[in-house]
Amino acid sequence: MTEFNDSVVHTPPGRMRVWSFRPFTWVLLPVLAILFQVYVPRFFSFLSYLELPLLVTVYFSIMRRQPPAGALTGCLIGLAQDSLTFIPLGMYGIVKTVIGYSAASVSLRFDVENSGLRYVMSFGFFIAHQVLFWALSHMLLGAHDDFKLPQTLIAAFLNGIIALPLFQVFDKLKSEAQ
Amino acid sequence: MDGLFSRYRNLSALLLLLAGQLILLAWQIKSNGETRLLRVWAVTAVTPMARGMELTRDGLGGFFARWFMAGKLEQDNAQLRRQTAQLEIKNQLLQEQMQQSGRAQALLEFRSQLPSKSLPSRIIGSAPGVQSGVFILDRGSLEGVKRGMAVVTGEGIVGQVVASYPTASLMMLASSQGFAAGVTSQKSRTRGLLKGEGGTCHIFGIRNEQPVDKDEWFYTSGEDRIFPRGLRVGQARAVKDGVDGKEIEVRPIALDGDFAEVLILLDAVHGQIPELATPSNPDVQILDAPAPDQNGPMTDPASPATPGEAPSAMRTDADRIRDHYKRVVESQNFQVGTTPYRAPDFNRQPAAAPPALAPATGAVPDNQAVPVKPSPEPASAAKVPGLISQPSQRPKPPAQDRP
Repeated sequence: MTEFNDSVVHTPPGRMRVWSFRPFTWVLLPVLAILFQVYVPRFFSFLSYLELPLLVTVYFSIMRRQPPAGALTGCLIGLAQDSLTFIPLGMYGIVKTVIGYSAASVSLRFDVENSGLRYVMSFGFFIAHQVLFWALSHMLLGAHDDFKLPQTLIAAFLNGIIALPLFQVFDKLKSEAQ
Repeated sequence: MDGLFSRYRNLSALLLLLAGQLILLAWQIKSNGETRLLRVWAVTAVTPMARGMELTRDGLGGFFARWFMAGKLEQDNAQLRRQTAQLEIKNQLLQEQMQQSGRAQALLEFRSQLPSKSLPSRIIGSAPGVQSGVFILDRGSLEGVKRGMAVVTGEGIVGQVVASYPTASLMMLASSQGFAAGVTSQKSRTRGLLKGEGGTCHIFGIRNEQPVDKDEWFYTSGEDRIFPRGLRVGQARAVKDGVDGKEIEVRPIALDGDFAEVLILLDAVHGQIPELATPSNPDVQILDAPAPDQNGPMTDPASPATPGEAPSAMRTDADRIRDHYKRVVESQNFQVGTTPYRAPDFNRQPAAAPPALAPATGAVPDNQAVPVKPSPEPASAAKVPGLISQPSQRPKPPAQDRP
């Protein structure tokens, strides 16, 4: 898209608001999301389908509306996730970097405070996350597992549902950037 | 160049991050180098939090359990007499203690029966990722846990340690992608390779002709050098013929139960795969095995009785030859291994076996040309490994044995 096209696109002023968070929030939310994945599925195995670090990545990215910041957020959260697994460092990092960048890019075009769009984004980015991870595992690590599409679709549906109230809670922590 | 970067600033940042991580990945894969420091930091940071949460959960659970229990006991106290109520309190407390300690007790009992040296451990978390199948154990390298060690419960195998850090270690479940273990079926001793496929496991490497029944038990074979032989794996849920061999689905039995407490096998010792017990048929009467005869042991008529050794009915030709040579050596009072460059005269026949057993059992003395069928040259020293034959004294084999 050229600069001319950019200027033609009608963007209401409310849509391009950029939100910021306190440094404490930047650290706490990803840590809590990762701890949730570490601890909670032990007792509620059905909650292992929840990819909270991904949802946090998407939320921060769409609220900041800065693709580099989104990519960096995804990278750090992904690397933290990687460090608690036994797979090589960078697998989740790369995937979440791409997701963070894409989410921030999408947020530049759409009203990301719309619940419907938030659901669609969570659903779509979850599937993209799983597909990317599966593809990377095959290409870089030589994994031979099959991609489980039905399970991924169900998990994406559940993640999208969880994302709506979760993002509402996260909205309480945001403040408009100067 | 600067203009290009500033124009594509976003894309450049993305590419930079991706390139950095790809280089990191490539370095790890190519050099098999472990980014241990970062992982140790991460796991060490998470472990206290997970332990704290576990303690909090235990404490809260215990508190609420006691609270509810106290309320119930108060009601009971109001309804029943004092003495009965006290007994009920004692009874309920004991039951609570038994329930709490039952699982740990079972694990401890299993541990005491296990020949391997093991370390009890507790699962304090799971590795992040959608159904990663990797759990965090509260024991680490400081307590001797190493990568590759087997993790079991009293039910059977649970998984394998895939990473060990000072305060914690990561365990891959047997049903996870990437898990593999050598297994053997209990009935037909058919060997195969168990592979985790996320949720369930399949056994590969068994040909269609090999007999495996549905519901047949599989045990670890010990050939993978991870799990010692004889640990229970699970039952074959589905068995069908496939293109590359039998398709056998197995669900590890230990994963069906609660495996919050597990044992890490620090020094695994191979065990035996139990024999399949024949189910008793109430319509058929089968006598117990007879007791040994008090007048004399039942021996194979062809096997000579060896002084000082209990004769067995299951003797082979190799046993008889070994006994013969043993008697030859003993009759010459030769100490094997003490005198270098000397060997006993194996052509000299030893003294006859004690006659006491011969009439009763029908055993033939060994110096009377024992008819050993499979080996045409049973007494030839040249056939025994480690012995130097003497050509001048070596008897010629019978003519009928030559082609």
